[in-house]
Amino acid sequence: MANTVNQRVVTPEHLLFEAPRTKAFITGSEAASEAVRRANVDIAIAYPITPQSETMERIGNLFAEGYIRDYYRAEDEVGAFSAISGASRTGVRCMTASSGPGLMRGLETIASWPGHRLPLVFLIMCRVINAPLSIQPDNLELDYMLTSGNILLHGENQQDFFDYTLAGFAISEKCEVTLPVAVAVDGFFVTHARAWVEMPSAELKLPPRDCYSEAVPMIDNENPPVRIARDAPIQKSNFISYQMHAAWQQEIHAAHERSRKWVSRYINGLVEVVNPEAETLIVASGSAVSQSREALRQAEEMGKKVGLIKVKSLRPFPTAELRAACRHAKRIIVPEFNCPGWLNREVRATLYGHSEAKIADGPRVYGGITMPTELILEWLFKSE
Amino acid sequence: MRRYNVRMAGVGGQGVVTASHVLSNGVIQSGGESTVVPFFGSEKRMAPVESYVRIADGKLYEIGEILYPNVIVIFHSQVITHGKSYTMPFYSGIKDNSFILVNMPRKVELSQDEERELEQKRAKVFYLPATEIALQAAGTEVATNMVMIGAVSAVLGLPDLESLEKALIERFLGKGLVASGGTASLDKAMEKNFGPKLDLVNKNMAAIRAAVKYAAEQGWVQVTTEGGSKQCTK
Repeated sequence: MANTVNQRVVTPEHLLFEAPRTKAFITGSEAASEAVRRANVDIAIAYPITPQSETMERIGNLFAEGYIRDYYRAEDEVGAFSAISGASRTGVRCMTASSGPGLMRGLETIASWPGHRLPLVFLIMCRVINAPLSIQPDNLELDYMLTSGNILLHGENQQDFFDYTLAGFAISEKCEVTLPVAVAVDGFFVTHARAWVEMPSAELKLPPRDCYSEAVPMIDNENPPVRIARDAPIQKSNFISYQMHAAWQQEIHAAHERSRKWVSRYINGLVEVVNPEAETLIVASGSAVSQSREALRQAEEMGKKVGLIKVKSLRPFPTAELRAACRHAKRIIVPEFNCPGWLNREVRATLYGHSEAKIADGPRVYGGITMPTELILEWLFKSE
Repeated sequence: MRRYNVRMAGVGGQGVVTASHVLSNGVIQSGGESTVVPFFGSEKRMAPVESYVRIADGKLYEIGEILYPNVIVIFHSQVITHGKSYTMPFYSGIKDNSFILVNMPRKVELSQDEERELEQKRAKVFYLPATEIALQAAGTEVATNMVMIGAVSAVLGLPDLESLEKALIERFLGKGLVASGGTASLDKAMEKNFGPKLDLVNKNMAAIRAAVKYAAEQGWVQVTTEGGSKQCTK
């Protein structure tokens, strides 16, 4: 019988980098559920929203097949994200997923995960935040995630969604990290479109969560539940509570810094740089990277050299990597699928005082439409 | 590298989305890459439907709707005459030297502005009686959508006919079934279960072949000239 009992445990390194892979032409939803199949997950927590529903439905099938041990259907996003807090604190491996409006509904709970030091994986299939109502891809919700304390990876395509999801569990549960990892992709473009994905055998799985080697102990007979909420000094407004809260926040920040080496190891660096010598550069994350790759190809056909920096991890942000890659740049554009331009803001703040480059304030599309390659090319050579 | 943005427009019930999936899968079967983005409102007959197919014989990166097509396939004249389209006019965003295939036995009357804009873009507009071809070749106008993708295959040479047939077999008979080459045929034992579906594959293939023949007769097939640019035979 095909189930988790018959899968062989291998190290994350073996599963991600060494095990032979075969190619499949599948959707992003399928890629995510195939990652979960190999992730030795104890409990998946689901509350549906388009375009996330297909993934969580497929993960429900994994439960029926015996690949995950429990499947909990929550009453709404506040319920789902609270349930996963409880599940994670008991020491089991857990995951959930959401999109735009659902993520916004549960944001208070999402922002409480890092403070509770909860290892878990949260998949985000980006969607317009209502209103007016739309189900199309627009990654504005990631702006809200940037300051939530979660580690935040932004996948470009179906392959990234598979790899980053598996990597997410490994990163999240490292003792020096002990933080939730959110893995985002742009909805529909990735979740509902098919592409080639290379995957290791489904007979392999990650080792189980080792909850006794994490930074914060989980609940068992010796560790009473939820110490930080019960202790009186922290609940009151006084100088002890201020200090404790400040120290706790600093520790989350420090955990982010310590996570750099693990994120870098498991997703092959925080950035990917194409044509590093070019003086005209594109900095992008998510689907905008795919559009930029095609723009690069077309620019090359026109005899023009353009560079591309793919930002894979938004938190931790690749500060040093970006400064190094942009040192010689003359012109930088930041194509994005959201109105305020959160990546543009990050790039400007990071490069301030470290680059002479002129950073364009765009291009951006929003409301759910795709970014035409033609728009990227127009912005690249606007000044000429 | 050959790479095309194919925008297909028709009305609900014509099988525009199905045709785009078969075309796309045909390219995958031939070893190329392809993506499909279908676009429609609440499903209903005669309402606008668009499907965007990117096809290439090399690596494909782009995703999402096609705003700048170089192939436009119009399944129903009402897309042009009644504006039943998400992208207005029907050729909006068309790239230079593109071509448009329209399912109509004769030329559709266009406004002076439309004629001028198409001329400026050096667009070739090909009219083909796809519904009639489907009726003759497959005995049903339901196969009109196959005639349209057959014509695309004939003009571009991508995907080839063998790969389109593989895509059809996968569509109707499922993955992992190997039918013998040429015309799909089955063992006696499987005939009972798959016979009617196999008949569908063969009828659809007949419609595709008829479209290829028609396109060749009209001189629409693209050939690469000595200078490397692509031209139609006529």
